[in-house]
Amino acid sequence: MTTQEWKFTAKDMAIKPDLFTSGHRACAGCAPAAVLRLVMKATRGPTIVTQATGCMEIVGSIYPYTSWNLPWLHTAFENAAANAAGIDAAIKIMQKKGKMSKEHIDIIALAGDGGTLDIGLQALSGAVERGHDFLFVLYDNEGYMNTGIQRSSSTPLGASTTTSPAGSVIPGKLETKKPITEIMLAHGMEYVATATPYYWKDLLTKVRKGLEVEGPAFLHVFAPCPRGWRSEPSKSMEYSKLAVESCIFPIWEAVNGIRQLSTPSKILQLAPQKKKPVKAYLEGQGRFRHLFLPKNSHVIDQIQSLTDARWAKLLKQCETATN
Amino acid sequence: MSSKDKTWKELGIAAVCYRPSVGFMTGDWKTYMPIRDLEKCTTCLTCVMLCPEDAIRFRPEHGKIEFDLGFCKGCGICANECPTKAITMKLPEDEE
Repeated sequence: MTTQEWKFTAKDMAIKPDLFTSGHRACAGCAPAAVLRLVMKATRGPTIVTQATGCMEIVGSIYPYTSWNLPWLHTAFENAAANAAGIDAAIKIMQKKGKMSKEHIDIIALAGDGGTLDIGLQALSGAVERGHDFLFVLYDNEGYMNTGIQRSSSTPLGASTTTSPAGSVIPGKLETKKPITEIMLAHGMEYVATATPYYWKDLLTKVRKGLEVEGPAFLHVFAPCPRGWRSEPSKSMEYSKLAVESCIFPIWEAVNGIRQLSTPSKILQLAPQKKKPVKAYLEGQGRFRHLFLPKNSHVIDQIQSLTDARWAKLLKQCETATN
Repeated sequence: MSSKDKTWKELGIAAVCYRPSVGFMTGDWKTYMPIRDLEKCTTCLTCVMLCPEDAIRFRPEHGKIEFDLGFCKGCGICANECPTKAITMKLPEDEE
């Protein structure tokens, strides 16, 4: 991978035509839709997109309309990564047989947290193990929002969903979030990163770095869902910022397994007093509303201690990387 | 669906979508509409980048932002994120 840094200026990116266009039918305030727009802004040339089933697949391809201005493929829920692997293999053999120009074609696989952490995990793991050249973008809205807000293995501790309803029996989901980036790092991938749409320049740079890698790359993007999180549509981007500021979702990148914090999280490392309590992030989200009842206050403490422990661990991992 | 749409007998294999979604206006979903104050606007273009709908366009010829109300769903992300608070969300009848 080259060490070149790309300058994505707002003016250049604002006039670059969108490849994921208007007229898609996502809810008002949908952050995953903004993520898709931004990911497509960072493409560098001919690109093929393949998508797993999920909100973003549905809203962009309601028959007879399509929001995609580029070749786009969808087959089933579990195989976004398998599709990407197939496209990569097909391009290789067609170029070898001279049926296609030798131009490099980027492949982007997009999936939600259900299509990555639960249903699509084996296809992703297989494709990464085989070393196909593609970028896998996970937009994480922390649940199966498309089918009616069911819990997924990405749903955080304490969140109320229709299959982990908060009430007199349980205070929302009892389990913690699956550490997908650790799983992907354990595959020995060349490029693994996390990003949020609020810090869009950082997101665009990470997408481009992932595309530059010859081999699989993985990008975990945090994408608030106002419908599923029962939050204000206008606050979607604010939550993606608060998640970073409260260290619920620190942003970093790992090149060849060497982790480095990205600027917004780096600032919190250098100035820990700027770190916000998780309460600031949980407030205003309907899925965490029950946690503010006196009987559930221990769950907030639990989330805070878990977040602190995870942050401390990440800082250590970044430290050992630089030494 | 208009009567011009293909019937199931005329569709191709796997029913591939054939019409761009820019022909599907989502602007009538909104309750509040964004109003810009060009005196406060510094053209930082944060709103353009964070809009999920691509409903805010930057016009380099006159260096200003424009709303495409045909697609704007009125979510208010632009108004919430504007660093100079140059965008406010208003009911269309208040504006008139």
